Amino acid sequence: MKRTRPATVPETNDGAGLIKPAGGPEHIVGRPESEPQILNSMQAIFRIRGISKVYRMGDVEVHALRSLDLDLYEGELAVLLGPSGSGKSTLLNIIGGLDVPTSGEVHYADHDLTRATDSELTQYRRDHVGFVFQFYNLIPSLTALENVELITEVSENPMKAEEALEIVGLSERMDHFPAQLSGGEQQRVAIARAIAKRPDVLLCDEPTGALDVETGKIVLAAIERVNRELGTTTAVITHNVSIARMADRVIHIGSGQIVSIERNETKARPADLVW
Amino acid sequence: MLSSLNKKLLRDILHLRGQIIATALVVACGVASFVSMQSTYDSLLITQQDYYAEYRFGDVFAHAKRAPENLRASIERIPGVASVQTRIVSEVVLDLPGLREPVQGRIVSIPEHRSPMLNDLHLLRGRYVDPRNSREIIVSGAFADANGFDPGDSIDAIINGRWRRLTIAGVALSPEYIYEIRGGDIFPDNKRFGILWMDRTSVAAAFDMEGAFNDLSLTLAPGASEQQVIDEVDRALEAFGGTGAYGRSDQLSFRFLVNEFAQLRSFGIVLPLIFLGVTAFLLHLVLSRLVNTQREQVGLLKAFGYTNFEIGSHYLGLAAAAVSGGLLLGMLLGVWMGSWMTTMYADYFHFPLLNFSVGFPLIVYSILITLASAAAGAMSAVRNAVRLPAAEAMRPEPPASFQAGLLERLQMTRVLPSSARIIFRNLSRHPVKATLAVLGISLASALLFTGFYFFDAIDRIVEVQFRQAIREDAVVAFNSLRPQSARRELAEMEGVRSVETFRAVPVRLRSENHSKRVALMGTERNPDLHRIVDERSQVFTVPPGGIVLSDALADTLGVAIGDQVTIDVLEGARPTAKVELAATVDELMGMNAYMHIRALNRLMNEDDVISGAYLEIDPKYSDVVYAKLKRMPAVAGVGLPGAMLETFNETFGKTIGQFTSILVLFSSAIVFGVVYNAARIALSERGRELASLRVLGFTKGEVTRILLGEHAFLTALGIPIGFAVGFFLCATMNNLMDTELLRLPLVFSQKTFVLTALFVALAAVVSGLLIMRRLRRLDLIAVLKTRE
Ligand SMILES: Nc1ncnc2c1ncn2[C@@H]1O[C@H](COP(=O)(O)OP(=O)(O)OP(=O)(O)O)[C@@H](O)[C@H]1O
Ligand SMILES: [Mg+2]
Repeated sequence: MKRTRPATVPETNDGAGLIKPAGGPEHIVGRPESEPQILNSMQAIFRIRGISKVYRMGDVEVHALRSLDLDLYEGELAVLLGPSGSGKSTLLNIIGGLDVPTSGEVHYADHDLTRATDSELTQYRRDHVGFVFQFYNLIPSLTALENVELITEVSENPMKAEEALEIVGLSERMDHFPAQLSGGEQQRVAIARAIAKRPDVLLCDEPTGALDVETGKIVLAAIERVNRELGTTTAVITHNVSIARMADRVIHIGSGQIVSIERNETKARPADLVW
Repeated sequence: MLSSLNKKLLRDILHLRGQIIATALVVACGVASFVSMQSTYDSLLITQQDYYAEYRFGDVFAHAKRAPENLRASIERIPGVASVQTRIVSEVVLDLPGLREPVQGRIVSIPEHRSPMLNDLHLLRGRYVDPRNSREIIVSGAFADANGFDPGDSIDAIINGRWRRLTIAGVALSPEYIYEIRGGDIFPDNKRFGILWMDRTSVAAAFDMEGAFNDLSLTLAPGASEQQVIDEVDRALEAFGGTGAYGRSDQLSFRFLVNEFAQLRSFGIVLPLIFLGVTAFLLHLVLSRLVNTQREQVGLLKAFGYTNFEIGSHYLGLAAAAVSGGLLLGMLLGVWMGSWMTTMYADYFHFPLLNFSVGFPLIVYSILITLASAAAGAMSAVRNAVRLPAAEAMRPEPPASFQAGLLERLQMTRVLPSSARIIFRNLSRHPVKATLAVLGISLASALLFTGFYFFDAIDRIVEVQFRQAIREDAVVAFNSLRPQSARRELAEMEGVRSVETFRAVPVRLRSENHSKRVALMGTERNPDLHRIVDERSQVFTVPPGGIVLSDALADTLGVAIGDQVTIDVLEGARPTAKVELAATVDELMGMNAYMHIRALNRLMNEDDVISGAYLEIDPKYSDVVYAKLKRMPAVAGVGLPGAMLETFNETFGKTIGQFTSILVLFSSAIVFGVVYNAARIALSERGRELASLRVLGFTKGEVTRILLGEHAFLTALGIPIGFAVGFFLCATMNNLMDTELLRLPLVFSQKTFVLTALFVALAAVVSGLLIMRRLRRLDLIAVLKTRE
């Protein structure tokens, strides 16, 4: 399955036009800042039905997810909120095809992620998914640039690695090794790496955890822009309630279940967030 | 452009260079030992075959007392015989300038004029004999080298009871005497035994053998049956005192060569196999633990859609770096060592030509074997990397679960310092890792142990054969049978302390379809000089009745104690008798058969006669005794065990010594490879933990102690286990190298234990120092910030 990729036109925003058109007939031009009705007309690209995840540690069973249902819509930006240990990372890993649930079903468009073989999951991740991990996970033996290139080299339609680093404001640090970068800088490399492949799905696990407000905003702006300009379906895990204001929907998770879902009537621009 | 994954590979290689070099060295040792030994074996075999073909080495040999020359025509007519060479061969006593003791020479006749003959000569120096000069001889190369002879020198010899001065015209080699050894001896003594070629007419005149011969050699037509020809030749020579024809397999020089080659061959297979086994083990160790430290990186690659194949190839690439580097180095080293060893052996065997070549198949084999062992070692680690569940790999390894362990239960916690507690807890927490490390160290120790063992085995052989069994100062062989009274004659000589006599009879022993030609030794009842000593240094007494065989010979004949052995005597009246196998004796060297001298005399239907005697000589009088022996017409030759031992140490001992030194060198490389790798991996796995300790205020010394203390402990554990593994390795090797001429005793000296432990400890210390240097430069911040 191949989705047509939206392209961008010059914009008034900061850093406008940094994401170059990727080609495709359909040009989404200057989408209004909040457009809740669009969600209704949109297809659920992820359909998650009754998934549970049980970790067995000897005699102890940890129920990370308990019969959870969730739809994610194409092109939406969803924020996942929830206390530590509530199962957010577990859910994200399953959505990203890194892990499979113990029971239940997950569909991405016409892919059945629960019945996919290992190599089908690999292909799914390669073609569609960009990850930003809670623990950055950079390759210590590669420079910032090379860490990004590592991913763009196996992507079909990536942006230039330098470009991705520029978006997260790291042009100056491209040739540094992870050990020579601060925690926040490492996190930004991880984000550049995820967006550089122009993924259809962008999954971020606490992308601003280690960042100060200003840098956090740059990073969130980059995520938001990818979401907006490329129509990338985006899910962001955070502990920071104020970040939730930039989402289309805010999904609250507790003890492995969906507690509630709110829809933001107006999406805040990342630049306007305060925390 | 280099892909980023390959950049990572290159940097990982650079980062792990120590381990990769250590592994590559082990690979190189394995490949070098395989290539050098197999190429030496192949080259020697080809050289030997070329030599035999070019110089027309005979297929069948026979001796007789005196046969008319016209018998030759009828032997030539035997179906299957291609060509026949008749000769006159005789043992003579020589008096060499500068040597006090008598020397034995074997005169072999050659045609008057240089013409192609069987067992042809290769002239090294000088020229062919001049038929007009009946005193000219050509001497064998080894003999000339040992004594420093050159053309123009002269030798005194007792020929047919008269002293004659012979002049050396040339120095030559012959395929018949590659291994120039006197019958009955265990080692060549080139100084005191040599071949003298003399023209046929002169020999015939000197030994009253005109129109007759006493020795022949023949070649077989293609497809001929050796046994049928031998039977026919025996029949033809029966009336002329034939002592039984025999094929190459009973030809002394050929037999020794075959045995040497067989040993080289099995060595060349066993040794590389062990090395490559260690290689596989090392690769497994390095890769599996590397994958473990890089689990998050594997997870990341997977998360972004790198395929299993790409990830697998990436880690295989690391193995490939170590293996291909080692393969190349090993190949070069192997070829160089092979040519060196071949030259050494060719020199030792006095080959006139030398064909060193490394065959294409050998190169292919060594590559295949190396790749196979590398694959065996790398596979499971790479499979683990591929199998690592992506989500699992993304979370940092959970803190290991600590349980109150042995330490607590034994209430040791308060006794031990905290660094020792960390060491013990860490070991008990990773029992598999610890076991693997100990296994590696013990395997390496075992190899080293095996290397040193060979010195022990040789020492033991020398001890048993030259100090416990052969205790006489000289062996006198008479040129014909003598009555027992000859014993008194010898005993009354001034300086002779004691005399023991023996009777040696050439026989063919048979049992069912097995047979073997040997010299059946008739020995005295309780010999004190020349004794039979078994592997465990037990002196064996020959019973008054029945025959005694060495284990090797009993095995060859397939007989057990109580069985009947058929004896075909190959001299005199050539009687045949059946004798009971009374006992077997576990001797280290040779295929030997013994009977009590009286029983043998009875079997031969003869009076109390002897073939020779063993003498104990007062060192003060040895010159006098030697001078007298030289002049005794009845004496055909004198053997000196002491001199033989000297030559043994100079030639065989030296060869084995060089060989073993290489083994020890290689084993040391392996010890280093294993120990360094184990410690280096521990450093990268535990860098974080150690850095944290440093941050918490532990001193560099304390942290070093924790890491290296663990390795000291593992090394100390590995060494004694290595002794046990080494023992089995030696036993296996012994079984493989068991030849009819020599069996290595399974004995180990204290020195071997001490040296093994010392070498391993040394390798551990050197790798410890290298690790310490890294530990001291450990960048605390960088380690804490990223994972290796
Ligand atoms: N591999 C595992 N083995 C055992 N238990 C696990 C494993 N992975 C997660 N868990 C458990 O599952 C639960 C959910 O974990 P998860 O990582 O999804 O939480 P989270 O919501 O992401 O928390 P945080 O905000 O702290 O990152 C936790 O209780 C965790 O301990
Ligand atoms: Mg989490």
